[in-house]
Amino acid sequence: MPRPVAVVAFAQTEHSGEDRGMAEIEILAPVITEIKERTGQKQFGFTCSGSCDYLAGAPFAFVSALDAIGAWPPISESHVEMDAAWALYEAWVKLQHGDIDTALVYGFGKSSQGNLRAVLTQQLDPYHLAPLGIDAVSLAALQARAYMERSGAKEDDLRAVAARSREAGRGNPFALHLPEPEGDDYDVAPLHPYDVAPVTDGAAAIVLAAGDRARDMCERPAWITGIDHRTEPHAPGVRDLSRSDSARVAGERAGATGIEVAELHAQYTHEELILREALGLGEDTAVNPSGGPLSANPMMAAGLIRIGEAAARVHDGSASRVLGHASSGPCLQQNLVCVLSGENHG
Amino acid sequence: MPSDTAPAGADTGLPEPNHVLEFPGGYTRSVGPVIGRFFSELRDGRLVGVRTADGRVLVPPSEYDPLTGEDVTGEFVEVGPVGTVTTWSWVARPAKEHPLDRPFAWALIRPDGADTALLHALDLGVFDEGAKPPKFLKTGMRVRPRWRAERTGGIGDIECFQPEVTMINAPTRLEYRLKGGQALRRFLEGMSEGRILGHRCPVCESVIVPMKGLCPRDGVPTTEEVELPDTGTVTTFAVNNIPDPRAPEVPFVSAYVLLDGAGLTMLTLVAGIPADQVRMGMRVKAAWRPREEWERTMGNIKWFEPVDEPDVPFEEIKDFM
Ligand SMILES: [Zn+2]
Repeated sequence: MPRPVAVVAFAQTEHSGEDRGMAEIEILAPVITEIKERTGQKQFGFTCSGSCDYLAGAPFAFVSALDAIGAWPPISESHVEMDAAWALYEAWVKLQHGDIDTALVYGFGKSSQGNLRAVLTQQLDPYHLAPLGIDAVSLAALQARAYMERSGAKEDDLRAVAARSREAGRGNPFALHLPEPEGDDYDVAPLHPYDVAPVTDGAAAIVLAAGDRARDMCERPAWITGIDHRTEPHAPGVRDLSRSDSARVAGERAGATGIEVAELHAQYTHEELILREALGLGEDTAVNPSGGPLSANPMMAAGLIRIGEAAARVHDGSASRVLGHASSGPCLQQNLVCVLSGENHG
Repeated sequence: MPSDTAPAGADTGLPEPNHVLEFPGGYTRSVGPVIGRFFSELRDGRLVGVRTADGRVLVPPSEYDPLTGEDVTGEFVEVGPVGTVTTWSWVARPAKEHPLDRPFAWALIRPDGADTALLHALDLGVFDEGAKPPKFLKTGMRVRPRWRAERTGGIGDIECFQPEVTMINAPTRLEYRLKGGQALRRFLEGMSEGRILGHRCPVCESVIVPMKGLCPRDGVPTTEEVELPDTGTVTTFAVNNIPDPRAPEVPFVSAYVLLDGAGLTMLTLVAGIPADQVRMGMRVKAAWRPREEWERTMGNIKWFEPVDEPDVPFEEIKDFM
């Protein structure tokens, strides 16, 4: 039996679609301050963050961000060069060791200060993909066509995902407020501009706690009943792009059944449809009531935000069994599924 | 609220960025024996894959079987270079990082003899920025690499892929010297004077224009000249979307016009009205070129233009379709 660990607090920025003149650390610091106040904690047993040096344009960019949490006296700390959802996984594993009871997890990204598409190209295989200069949207469009040709889904089905996400996002004070999707122009066909998540600056933080510490810090902790992440080959040409096997397996391992609310890290409209299918989410599951990444997509935080948004439904009592999902790599290469429950555990 | 922030370019009171950070150059990387072999073969203009323990061929080759994680066999197999597109996306407006500076497709291409696909750019000979993908671009399309003349051992040794040749254009040009015959000579003489001449048939009495010296209905010679007005009625028409050197801009309308008093229709252009407003029964009048440009040619009439008269009922033109 894993040790019972719960999401006890979640904080995020009011995300921005443009540079507001703040440095990364200035975007992050208020979120850390907020979550410390909310949990009454000044220090945590472990701290883990997710960020990307290529976004900041500086090596070891996460080191300077540590100033936001107060790194002296020396703290126990780690970092993933990925979405902070994977930092949460690392913190969960650390909590399973049993020598700590609390962990702070955060992620941040300021996409507006560079060319995000070109930045993401640098994360690709440096032998066969990056030298071609292929960008993230072009890769996603390859997957969109493979999915549409296999499933029979049409561009209107994709547009409906965008419309629903944007409408939900306009009701979320932290998301960008985007208009109804319109226009026939393609970005990279078959994707229209509204099929693509907006460039977003922002940050988010989550506090995890184990057992009684969780009950002390939160009236209704969101207990992690299952968490798993899987990866597929990096090369898109060896995968069936129309499906997400790694999401399917991660969902099965995490026990993703009976889900009331699912927050999916779908950065393109077709990804939501592929993920719904892989995770077996039916009509009775509310998907991305926050608006999802199509309404706000701060890189390296958007996956963590999915877990936070899902947990928030448990915290406020509006749902008792939820799912947070994160993805990384080209065409949904890696997928993480975190199932959370309001039922008393431990 | 995020939506309440000032639009880009507005005076936000924020200082302009004073520091542009660059990430120049790149890294020097060892490629190892598997990728190294692939790149060495590319430099020689060959495409190879590597065989897995269960006999599949991976292209591009990797050191391990993506399904099992086991080492590959080390047996390299020449594949393609022709391959099949398994999926594609269309870039109508290339970014500066992209390999082509005009619209192109990204495609996953499975070379013949391979079990996996290679990602590359696909050049379909489209030049207009913002153009839509050509209709013949489809999953399943057969393509082959265009090799760079100067190759260095890298994925860029293939400049891009191109469709297999499935059609050729075989240009042909023959010259002929034509004489129009007596009737046509008279007709063009009339045109050079701004007159439209026809022949009246001695049997059916209908006026044939342009005249041929014969009545096509009765098969008898015709000689009686009649001058017709340059007004008439559109009997039927076609909207053409393919450019033609003789026509105004696309779309243009070619129409059969029944000149007033004529017994046969003439093929001509109709202009001066949006193509989608041309209709059967519409009244038209010839638009002549300036008199000083007149020659012995039908081209003295640029086209026919609508005149402000009621349409002719279908009943009256139905026999002239
Ligand atoms: Zn006759």
